Amino acid sequence: MDAKQILDREFLEIRAKILEIAASLDRIQRANGDVSGEQRSELIRSAIEIIASQQDSPIRAEKVQLLFSREYDPQWLDTFSISTRT
Amino acid sequence: MYYIDPHIHMVSRTTDDYETLAKMGCVAMSEPAFWAGFDRGSADSFRDYFKQLTEVEPARAAQYGIQHFTWLCINAKEAEDVELSREVLKIIPEFLDCPNVLGIGEIGLNKNTRNEAIVFQEHMELAIRYDQQILIHTPHLEDKYQGTRMILDMLAEHSIERSRVLVDHVEEHTVKAVLDEGYWAGMTLYPVSKCTPARAVDIFEKFGVERLCVNSAGDWGPSKPTAVPDLILEMRRRGHSESNIRQLVFENPRKFFRQSKNFDLLDPSTRNSQ
Repeated sequence: MDAKQILDREFLEIRAKILEIAASLDRIQRANGDVSGEQRSELIRSAIEIIASQQDSPIRAEKVQLLFSREYDPQWLDTFSISTRT
Repeated sequence: MYYIDPHIHMVSRTTDDYETLAKMGCVAMSEPAFWAGFDRGSADSFRDYFKQLTEVEPARAAQYGIQHFTWLCINAKEAEDVELSREVLKIIPEFLDCPNVLGIGEIGLNKNTRNEAIVFQEHMELAIRYDQQILIHTPHLEDKYQGTRMILDMLAEHSIERSRVLVDHVEEHTVKAVLDEGYWAGMTLYPVSKCTPARAVDIFEKFGVERLCVNSAGDWGPSKPTAVPDLILEMRRRGHSESNIRQLVFENPRKFFRQSKNFDLLDPSTRNSQ
């Protein structure tokens, strides 16, 4: 399938998903309390920025996944004081 | 199209699900040992579970012409209890010669803790000692990237034939490292916390079909045991060839499983022909 065919097929689905996100954010804003300072709210804002940005290659999904991921420490075996055995 | 679901927890599903899966073309499945939704209280509880996996489920599946295979372990969620884990590890060899056992799994990490890593390594040593294949669970959501990298670190330190290891639940940010290291990779079609069929097909389009499998991981939670046929439909809608689809959902799991001495898949195309 070429880009035009994929857009034709997925436009309404993308539109619906974006509306779901917009409505969810409205729902949070309408509710009592304020979560704008929460880390999860910041993550959502950053993810939306990634989605909306121009990318040199199609890696938006991978970038969003990494945004929502805990950091990997290559020295974790030392931190845990675990010796590997072969 | 015939297909194999390489990862599904049928002890949590009804017999109706076996019938539905058979109608949709499922001819074989493998069921890794899993968390029951609560922590089991003793090693004997695991012994009963292993009997269920090696005796009850194969018989239930056979009623619908499905071959049932399994993997044994204490899962990562319960591995925080190292003492209990070691008791369970002692039981596992009793079952390794059962005709439907493919290896050790699904071992892995859950919250990426020290105890989980210790028990993971002891499972690996058991697999090496008994020449077993390994099926690996990678953590969910924010723990997946870190946990997958930790698992790859531990695998690299052991003398394991990489083609006999499948690292499961890969997603966009973990699949490349797993395939680059020479392991098999499994994509799990699961609502909310894992891949959708569309994203799994995206990964297939980016990385190709070699050493890639797809499964439903249907279990007792919100999940869809018929997710593999959903992926087949998505691939057809995008114009992928029947041979590529067949390789992903049938040939690849068969090729991976064939490395286990207990895997003997009847050819579904010659079934009932004398």
